[in-house]
Amino acid sequence: MKRILRIIFFLTTKIIVLVLLGLRIQHRERLPTSGAAILVANHNSHLDTLVLLSLFPLSKVQHLRPVANEQYFLQQSPCLAWFARHILNIIPVATEAGKCGENSCHHRHFFKNCAEAIAQNQILILYPEGTRGSPESLGEFRSGIAHLAKQHPDVPIIPIFLHGLGKSLPKGDFLPVPLLCWICIGKSLYWNGQKQIFLQQLTASIHKLSEERNLSL
Amino acid sequence: MEINIATPVLYTLAGIFGLLAIATMITFGLALSHWDTDYSELNARVKSWWMMVTIFSLSILLKHPASIIFFMFLSFIALREYLSLIPTRFSDRRVLLWAYLAIILQYFWIYIGWYGMFLIFIPIYMFLLLPVRMLFNGETEGFLNAIGTLHWGLMLNVYTISHLSYLVMLPQSGNPIAGGTGLLVYLLLLTEINDISQYIFGKLFGRYKIIPKVSPNKTVEGLLGGVLTTTGLAIVLAPWLTPFDFIHSACLGLLLSLTGFIGDVNISALKRDLGIKDSGTILPGHGGILDRIDSLTFTAPIFFHFTIYFYYQGQLL
Repeated sequence: MKRILRIIFFLTTKIIVLVLLGLRIQHRERLPTSGAAILVANHNSHLDTLVLLSLFPLSKVQHLRPVANEQYFLQQSPCLAWFARHILNIIPVATEAGKCGENSCHHRHFFKNCAEAIAQNQILILYPEGTRGSPESLGEFRSGIAHLAKQHPDVPIIPIFLHGLGKSLPKGDFLPVPLLCWICIGKSLYWNGQKQIFLQQLTASIHKLSEERNLSL
Repeated sequence: MEINIATPVLYTLAGIFGLLAIATMITFGLALSHWDTDYSELNARVKSWWMMVTIFSLSILLKHPASIIFFMFLSFIALREYLSLIPTRFSDRRVLLWAYLAIILQYFWIYIGWYGMFLIFIPIYMFLLLPVRMLFNGETEGFLNAIGTLHWGLMLNVYTISHLSYLVMLPQSGNPIAGGTGLLVYLLLLTEINDISQYIFGKLFGRYKIIPKVSPNKTVEGLLGGVLTTTGLAIVLAPWLTPFDFIHSACLGLLLSLTGFIGDVNISALKRDLGIKDSGTILPGHGGILDRIDSLTFTAPIFFHFTIYFYYQGQLL
């Protein structure tokens, strides 16, 4: 039943994304076709996740796992929580820094969930900025992605730059405006042994994708 | 499925598909005989033509509202492309939604055949409404730019293209041979043949540039080749698809090839100002929607009002 609902949701998403936004995808061939992967993107809008989901074929519907803010998605309303858990199939993460430290139970639980998903060849969707920033700007990356990369050194990490969605549906708004969306997919990265350097590399590759987009126009 | 379309139109469509088949064979032949040159762009262009012609043919072969929906969608993706490429103010997001809403209304007037409203809705009512909605935001910085570019976009992508759609709604009495659909096919065929022949003549004989600052590929030779081809075709096809006599069809051929040229250069200037090469990649080999409808934005209203003035006077309002 959940599987059917998920497929219906997935198809509706694909149609809405295509009609409303019209995707301009750069380097589609860099998307993973098999095996586990971690997609890392800038986050400006709720549409980000829908757009990233719609890039994959229907057969991958069970394999896509967006990492999402536990407080926002699971603790606000039971309806949203049910939808996030069973349809979006999220991996919850606590983003409140003060609440628990790096090694608290919360984070350990999160990394365990990620490891399980990766073991099942699933594709994680992650926004290292932690929250939706102001449109078309890239905030500082949190270190969680580096931990994840360290734990799974052989899983490709694919940087993705999304442009246009922050204007289409910014934080705090509810009516999306039809505008084109650019999805620029970068070359996969792997853990390189050092947390700071890895985070810099990841940020730089997303900035580079943004520059490449400007040049290609 | 009921096909309700005049025979000459069907033959013309068949002829277009025939031309496309020939073009496909030529590109294959070129690729085989000149294996060292890259023809992938030409190939992509021809493929996109197949797609566009097939979708368009289906939309006019299907029953009444299908072609209106087709042009409404065309206007929508053109406006969406335009609004995504130009700079817009963040605070105007709601105003953009109003502009999108205008597409539905404009095509609704066509659907119910309200000619007067179709003519004035965007140039007058949207012209007055959009600034009102924008004023509510209270943002004055960049106001003139924002309202000017938005209304220009609505005129360019929605108003002009909707004239193509109204052609289908014209009464049979003005064009007993092939009806409004015949006029639409005639206009589209001439505009596109004009584009293609200007391109081919320009490639083959082009030497003297007309406006190198705006569009370096436009040459006098290309334009002349286009004018001759289009005018010739306009005269040959007129008795088959339209009520036009010899003088009218010759004038129209000349008018369409010149205005088509201006429409093309108009979009080139827009793209140059925005600093972009193509307006997109939606049609492989052609670029975006704006790159394809550029000539039509000028030829459609010109052809429409020429036809109304000479053949439908007093029949619409």
